[in-house]
Amino acid sequence: MFVTRKAEFSASHVCAQPDLTPEQNRAAYGPAANPNGHGHNYVLEVTLEGEPDPATGMIFDLSQLKQIINREVVEPMDHRFLNHEVPPFDRVVPTVENVAAEIWRRIEPAFEGSRARLHNVRLYETEDLYVDYAEDRA
Amino acid sequence: MTRLTRRYKFAASHRLQSERFSAEENRTLYGKCNNPYGHGHDYVLELRVQGPVGGASGQMVNLVALDRLVFDEVLHDFDHRYLNVDIQEFQKLVPTSENILRVIEERLRARWPAEWPKLDSLRLQETARNTFELKAS
Repeated sequence: MFVTRKAEFSASHVCAQPDLTPEQNRAAYGPAANPNGHGHNYVLEVTLEGEPDPATGMIFDLSQLKQIINREVVEPMDHRFLNHEVPPFDRVVPTVENVAAEIWRRIEPAFEGSRARLHNVRLYETEDLYVDYAEDRA
Repeated sequence: MTRLTRRYKFAASHRLQSERFSAEENRTLYGKCNNPYGHGHDYVLELRVQGPVGGASGQMVNLVALDRLVFDEVLHDFDHRYLNVDIQEFQKLVPTSENILRVIEERLRARWPAEWPKLDSLRLQETARNTFELKAS
C-alpha cells in the first residue's frame, strides 16, 4: 500500500554550469540560466510504501512524516536561494532533477527500521514540469 | 530512476465523423461529437521521458530543445486549428484523442534525437474528465 504526503516550499535558483559561457548556459537552460536567479513555488509529494501495522492501521505516522519533510526539506529550503544557501547546490546545478534526488537522499534514512520505505519523490517545479525520482535498489 | 514530465497545452477543434459509417451510424456512435461544424477543447499534453541525468548538466534532457521540438512538430500545427481540416493526418483519420496521441507520437518519434532519453509515455487530457495515455512504443 502507498501513502503520499504533500508539502510546498518557495525557493530561488540559477541553472548554469560555471565552466560554460553565458551563451552555452542559455542554450542549455533557457531563462533558468539568468544570472541573478528566479524562484518557484515547489510542490513536493513524498510516497511511502508498506503494509499497515495491524494495531494502528497505519503504514507510517503521518505527523512524523510531516515533521521529517519539514526538518529535512522545508526548513532548509523554503525562502532560500538554493545555489547560495543549500548545499550541495553551491557545486551541483539545482535542476528539478537534482533537487528531487537531493530530497530523496535527505529523507530516505528517516524510514530505516520502520514498516515503511520511501517509494517515490515527485517534485513539481511548476505546474508544467515535474520529476519522479526513486533510487535504484538492489 | 528519474522520470521527467513536461506539460503543454493547445486549443483545437475537431469533429468525430468516419467515412466508414453512414450519417445515422456516425450520429449514434459519436453523439454530439458528430455535430456538423465541430467543437473544441483545451487539450493538455503531457510527455514523460525516462533516462539518466547528466552529471555536469543535472539535466535528463535539454528542456529548451524539447520545448522547441514539441512546438515545431505539434503545437505550431495543432494550436488554434480545426484538426479535421488543418492537419494532414486527420483528413483520413478520425481525430479521437486516441488517434491524436498516436499522431503526436509518430511526429515526435520521427524527429526525436537518438541521444535523448527514451520517450516513456504520452498523456492527453481532452477535458478535465477525459484523459488518455499511450505507452510509447
